[in-house]
Amino acid sequence: MTTLKMPKVDRKVLKNRANIFQDICKFTKKENVLSEPEELKPYETDGLSAYKQTPMLVVLPENTNEVSKILSYCNKNKIKVVPRGAGTGLAGSALPLADCILLGLGKFNKILDIDYKNRCVVAQPGVTNLSITHAVQNEGFYYAPDPSSQIACSIGGNVAENSGGVHSLKYGTTTNNVLGIEVVLMDGTITRIGGKIYDSPGYDLLGLITGSEGLLCVITEVTVKILKKPDTVKAMLVGFPTIEDGGNCVTQIISEGIIPAGMEMMDKVLLEATNNFSKAGYPLNAEGMLIVELDGTKHEVDELIDRVAKIAKQNKSSSIKISKSDEERLKFWSGRKAAFPACGEMAPDYYCVDGTIPRGKLAKVLKEITKLSKKYKLPVANAFHAGDGNLHPIIMFDANDEKSLEKTEKFGSDILKLCVKHGGVLSGEHGIGVEKRELMCEMFNNDDIQQQISIKNSLDPSSLLNPGKVYPILRKCAEEGRLHIHARDKSKFSDIPRF
Amino acid sequence: MQEINQNSQTSLDFNLDILKPNNENDIQDIIKYCYKKNLPLEIIGTGTKQNIGKKLQCAKTLDMSNFSGIIDYKPEELYITVKAGTPIKTIQDKLKKNSQHLAFEPVNFSEIFNSNLNEGTIGGTLSCNFSGSRRFKVGSARDHILGFKGYNGKGEKIKSGGTVVKNVTGYDLSKLVTGSFGTLLVLSEITLKVLPLQTDTKTIIISDLVFEHSLSIMSSALSSSNDASGAVYYPENLRSSFVFNDLTHSGSITAIRVEGTKTSTKQRVTNFFSDLALEGKKTTILDNIQSEIFWEDTRSLKAISKKTGNILRAVVPPSETINLINRLKTFHPSYFIDWGGSLIWLDLDYLSNQKVDQIRKRVLEAQGYLTVIKSPENVKSSAEIFTIDPIKFKISQNIKKSFDPKRILNPGKMYTGI
Repeated sequence: MTTLKMPKVDRKVLKNRANIFQDICKFTKKENVLSEPEELKPYETDGLSAYKQTPMLVVLPENTNEVSKILSYCNKNKIKVVPRGAGTGLAGSALPLADCILLGLGKFNKILDIDYKNRCVVAQPGVTNLSITHAVQNEGFYYAPDPSSQIACSIGGNVAENSGGVHSLKYGTTTNNVLGIEVVLMDGTITRIGGKIYDSPGYDLLGLITGSEGLLCVITEVTVKILKKPDTVKAMLVGFPTIEDGGNCVTQIISEGIIPAGMEMMDKVLLEATNNFSKAGYPLNAEGMLIVELDGTKHEVDELIDRVAKIAKQNKSSSIKISKSDEERLKFWSGRKAAFPACGEMAPDYYCVDGTIPRGKLAKVLKEITKLSKKYKLPVANAFHAGDGNLHPIIMFDANDEKSLEKTEKFGSDILKLCVKHGGVLSGEHGIGVEKRELMCEMFNNDDIQQQISIKNSLDPSSLLNPGKVYPILRKCAEEGRLHIHARDKSKFSDIPRF
Repeated sequence: MQEINQNSQTSLDFNLDILKPNNENDIQDIIKYCYKKNLPLEIIGTGTKQNIGKKLQCAKTLDMSNFSGIIDYKPEELYITVKAGTPIKTIQDKLKKNSQHLAFEPVNFSEIFNSNLNEGTIGGTLSCNFSGSRRFKVGSARDHILGFKGYNGKGEKIKSGGTVVKNVTGYDLSKLVTGSFGTLLVLSEITLKVLPLQTDTKTIIISDLVFEHSLSIMSSALSSSNDASGAVYYPENLRSSFVFNDLTHSGSITAIRVEGTKTSTKQRVTNFFSDLALEGKKTTILDNIQSEIFWEDTRSLKAISKKTGNILRAVVPPSETINLINRLKTFHPSYFIDWGGSLIWLDLDYLSNQKVDQIRKRVLEAQGYLTVIKSPENVKSSAEIFTIDPIKFKISQNIKKSFDPKRILNPGKMYTGI
């Protein structure tokens, strides 16, 4: 396990653990306060399983008033709090601290209001992303952001991380789809921001809190907008003799004014791995492949498919396959969604990087990643949300070889630096958490970071809410580890699609 | 002043009341100077929205209108980076050449405030965050800012975001800054998401519906998969604002817009006729240019701009609109409804503090919010312009402090004390 510097442990708090346990039991049912080692163990890590830390206590409150009392108590007694949704996050934002209360929102699991008139759903934060769509699909509606872990990840966690998905280019990420939240500040204050309306006046606190990784407040209710499902959805598989041709095709599609619902690219390594795994019918002679999904009215989709096919041919496509049914469309996606388990078949361990680049730089960046792969002597498979420039290289390695892990982490770090160098950012959808904390200096200077920290201080002056995340705590921008998933570690949600 | 000038890279004369920066160093020096001297600073672009919010009496004015120009435009990457003082029109003209646009349709206040068709700068547009009829489909200004550079109240250069859409790298300050009326920082560079212009636009006009029926039709339109990109209702008294050859019917106007390829808009119009049971109703289809003129008029609030009245803006959940309009009838407003039923523009001949309070109370009871856009000086100086509750006031005060500890940037523009 990689070591990680975290905020200094408050020994006084740890010493006082038994009393804190008793006090917390006054605010919620005793069975909601977990203190035994075997009860705490499931909470020692989130989706970033390279790091583990047993929390001091785990508290599972049942309503907003309980959250408010717990936070107010912790604020007065200077006890750190780490909020957690479903714990599927990949950047370690819900990694516990030794002296913290891990505040699990798992019991906030009800959909409170389905409001078709105002085209929105009000849900508690522990409700999974997919259950929102399930709750409204009979009426033909759905919730647009679809992170691949949507079967397990919670809507509160989605807001905290500003989760994306494969349809972000056309439908936006969480921040563009959330209308309102109820939150509790560290001092226990409960407030509602937004509602069933757009653009509340005053500072855009909703925009600030979305993607703030649990550092500013605890989310206790979420209102999201829902959309009517499009009439027709079709997907295309387009093979290319080189990655450059695929990249040029993406650029031309956008340049010609087409915004597909989704546009994914996979390289040859991943094509072979996933096709063996899920038999999705991918073109195995291709060096790169695009999945282009188009939606709208029937005629519009047919027209767009013709246009995309024409552009693909102009960019030397070697094969084009169009889905003839919804089943076939889902089959096209099945390989892409099986990228993680497929890589798990190829190496003992794999490690996923998440960065965004301008989409025109795709071919260039992938070339450099290939060079790095040779330099580090580690194979890499590339998946890429080509439509919005979100890159997910998967590095394969063997964690039993310590040098291999170290090399992998350096490789990941180099890829993220490449993203920034080419005008991109450190994270597209997984967040910074502890994983990329020390790389923040690659993008921001001291004034930028201090401004962000001073916003944090203005809402949480004692820095008790999820400290040690997002902002660098080492003096220098040292390189630390990134996502490392043990392919065979079933306890860490390894069966959930990841990106 | 002497010590400032020693370190200054600018040739600005700080004795002037109006300071016009030509470059980033100028902006930084002005703010640092004001920070050091505790001088409040009013930030303006071309002043087209200066009348929104409280009237300021600042020692200095930071006039950003010289700080203008396109820095980087990559149509294939769907972004444009501009200096904050760049006129909206310059940006729109540039984008149009590549068949792209700012999809959030910034509200054009030039007719409301008689600014000679100048609709202001991008910095001002983002600082106010008032977006047009496509709001429910594409988002507002805050959803289209990808990143910025700017200077906080201490004169420190701050950046956030980038040029890409998917980005979770630190707090999303782009959103926080949008709609903050220049009270947090002075924007210098802005990167915006741009989107392709659709090749075909059609607007279905349904005439003479009573407003309850209109709202129900707009609600059904927005709940369908036909992908409307605008839905607005004008009562009969505002009909004369729209003179089109094809508009042969009389009575109120309910307008639903579809955009896309020709094949797509044609099919959507057909679908709407069937889904909304429009056969037999008084309908007209406005095609491309006529449709564009109609929505351009809506974006510039043409129907209520010719009056000399007072303008309020209410946003409520669409399900509350009928009830709210009925409860506001006692104030005899002229009004029209945008965003498919959620945004109500109110025009009143007479406005007092008491009236603002009474209207705001009704809007709050409808779970919405009210903003005073245009009002007489006496009302503006004492009435609450933006809706806020005490908890969020306190949070906002703390956030303001973190950007602008001496409260020198547009102090009191939004709320007294912020």
